[in-house]
Amino acid sequence: MKKVIMSGDEAVARGAWEAGVSLAAAYPGTPSTEILENMSLYKDDVYCMWASNEKVAAEVAIGASIGGVRSIASMKHVGMNVAADPIFSAAYTGVNGGLVIVTADDPGCHSSQNEQDNRLYAPHAKLGMLEPSDSQECKDFAAAAFEISEKFDTIMLLRMTTRVCHSKSIVELGERGEAVVYPYESIPTKYTMLPVNARKRHVIREEKIKEMEEYSYTSPLNKIEYNDSKIGVVTSGISYMHAKEAFGDSVSYLKFGITYPLSAKLIREFCGKMDKIYIVEEGEPYLENAVKALGFNCLGKDVVTCQGELDAEIIRRAFGIEESGESTEKCALTAPDRPPVLCAGCPHRGFYYSLGKHKKDLVAVGDIGCYSLGASAPFFGFDIGICMGSGFSSAIGLAKALEAQKDKRKVFGMLGDSTFFHSGITGLVDAVHSKANVCLCILDNSITAMTGHQDNPGTSKDVMGYEVPSIQITDIIKATGISDKNVRVVDPVDQKEIDSAIEAAIKSDGVFIIVSRRPCVLIKEVARANAGAHCVIDADKCVGCKLCMKVACPAMAFENGKAVIADPDGCTACGLCAQMCKVNAITKAGE
Amino acid sequence: MTTNILLTGVGGQGTILTTKILSAGLVELGYDVKMSEIHGMSQRGGTVNTQLRYGDKVYAPNIGLGEADIIVAFEKVEALRALPYLKKGGKIVMDDREIYSMPVLTGAQSYPHEAAEELKKAVGDVLVVSASKIAESIGNIRAQNICLLGALTESLKLNGIDWEALIASMVPPKTVDVNLQAFRAGVKAVQGR
Repeated sequence: MKKVIMSGDEAVARGAWEAGVSLAAAYPGTPSTEILENMSLYKDDVYCMWASNEKVAAEVAIGASIGGVRSIASMKHVGMNVAADPIFSAAYTGVNGGLVIVTADDPGCHSSQNEQDNRLYAPHAKLGMLEPSDSQECKDFAAAAFEISEKFDTIMLLRMTTRVCHSKSIVELGERGEAVVYPYESIPTKYTMLPVNARKRHVIREEKIKEMEEYSYTSPLNKIEYNDSKIGVVTSGISYMHAKEAFGDSVSYLKFGITYPLSAKLIREFCGKMDKIYIVEEGEPYLENAVKALGFNCLGKDVVTCQGELDAEIIRRAFGIEESGESTEKCALTAPDRPPVLCAGCPHRGFYYSLGKHKKDLVAVGDIGCYSLGASAPFFGFDIGICMGSGFSSAIGLAKALEAQKDKRKVFGMLGDSTFFHSGITGLVDAVHSKANVCLCILDNSITAMTGHQDNPGTSKDVMGYEVPSIQITDIIKATGISDKNVRVVDPVDQKEIDSAIEAAIKSDGVFIIVSRRPCVLIKEVARANAGAHCVIDADKCVGCKLCMKVACPAMAFENGKAVIADPDGCTACGLCAQMCKVNAITKAGE
Repeated sequence: MTTNILLTGVGGQGTILTTKILSAGLVELGYDVKMSEIHGMSQRGGTVNTQLRYGDKVYAPNIGLGEADIIVAFEKVEALRALPYLKKGGKIVMDDREIYSMPVLTGAQSYPHEAAEELKKAVGDVLVVSASKIAESIGNIRAQNICLLGALTESLKLNGIDWEALIASMVPPKTVDVNLQAFRAGVKAVQGR
């Protein structure tokens, strides 16, 4: 069979396809996004969709499973919080066609707002759970998850982490298996979670978990490597790889592939033979608690941090092996910071610049997306940023709190077009319904940008490349019954327009809406249209006042007392800097 | 024996594509290969690191502090930033290109122009290749990454496979010529020393 190098995400898509999956749904979120993107390569066999949020993705997959086909829903770790509601109840209903939920956790918060350990969801929701540790296992475990799901009538959680999702290693490819289809049957006692049915299903669920634990004992997905019996390492997922790097073959390993239910028998058998037990795991003491609950002393979170990612060096230090001493070269210089910034030509820059001008009259709540970058220097655009959708709904609460203390400032809430569809609509409805004194801003750049340009309900294409109806944000706003005079649709690069909208919002009483609309400059068609266009600064006219530098555009620099367009290729000739110039030194060229 | 390579640059410089081509070549050479990349927020003008490990059998995909045999830096201060990852006695292959980050552009922080010289003092083995200048003279500064790839494969003596065919199959079709020229120039830059 052909061997290729692929990422964990690609391998999950491949494994699901080989296993005869028929439907895949997801909401984009790093590090899970590429699972559905790669799934769509198999669109002739698999229906793929970007759902408007993770809850919808999970529910679509649940419906497909009950309908009799194998289905998969993938999401990042915080996305699983959004999807938790259907997952906890569908755990009781069980499946018809195999159902796999992929959670991609992000220890180290590479691009997330927290580093929650979603392994804890499995015992809580009573799902089976598999944890692959490299791309080959991603493919194999994805396929195995469907088998186990059907065998034990259970939803399977495939738990990955950033290093598993985004690392590439060698995978042996197989063929597409035939699509697995079970006839749909009407069984309300199984699939309708009225209390009377749920109580009975819960009993069945507990029995199934016991059966799965028995199965887990003999499953080849768990591996024991007996070497020396002085130290036994219990581990799973990517941590196994780090442990192998750190300890090599000097210790024995119990590597769990099935991490829920954990086989107590396997733990007893392995730990009983070892003098000392080390637990190597990122995040929470999940394996450690299981081992301790069976009465074994072990060393884990007392020495290994629960924060960030692990690597071999951290493990060596934690367990006191091979103190490597001075291992690195030193240089007296320090590198200047390089924080991520809004791109040259980014429409959000104009919005945040204008917002900054009116800072004394407002307080702002942000959200998750490219526009999160507006929180940092030099814009400091908002004070609060929690999760998807909170940009609108937390603004309501903040406005009520400020009102109670007679603080007259207007509360602004910001989120993007994709986030609006994800969980902004409910906040909008509640803002209108509760007469909140807020200005809700949709920073509409016509794409899900931060995760790499996925389509969303506002775009006219789906993930498979087919034409689909696009949903108009302004129509949804209109449907709330809000008066037209309290809604502005503006181009944020045009400072007059956006200033006037923000000023009107500050003066208004109650809900005001600003749709700040201009497409992301990285969208292919937009980039093509902008190709060659850039601004030029006339050095003779430039007086070096630095007013244009205030917009913090990465295409500009200040050299020898003058502003320059240092990166004309990056510049899109949006003209925001030109609006800042009092001496008309900046013009557009190459259009 | 596992060799650890850390490639570092700024979003948009093509570090990820370079690592992909390098990985494919190493697989063709018969090595077990693992590579790790972190993307997401980092592509918005931030630092991008990719890590590649190859040998007979590789377990972990990422490289800890003090574990890199080689740092390949696409930008000068990124070499400096990645230094804690370099093993004692390790090697740096770097371009002396300067890309200013926002704190530098706004004047909040200063750019250490002397970074390459200081690194040479601190680390014995530093190979500076003016890859971006070479690529620019060939006709497209974006071929800088493939020029550095040429320098790297040559300095590691990774011979025995057709790198040029691999590059031609993995870069955008319109850029094949310029990339192949850049690759050869990178190889030559090392041979000349």
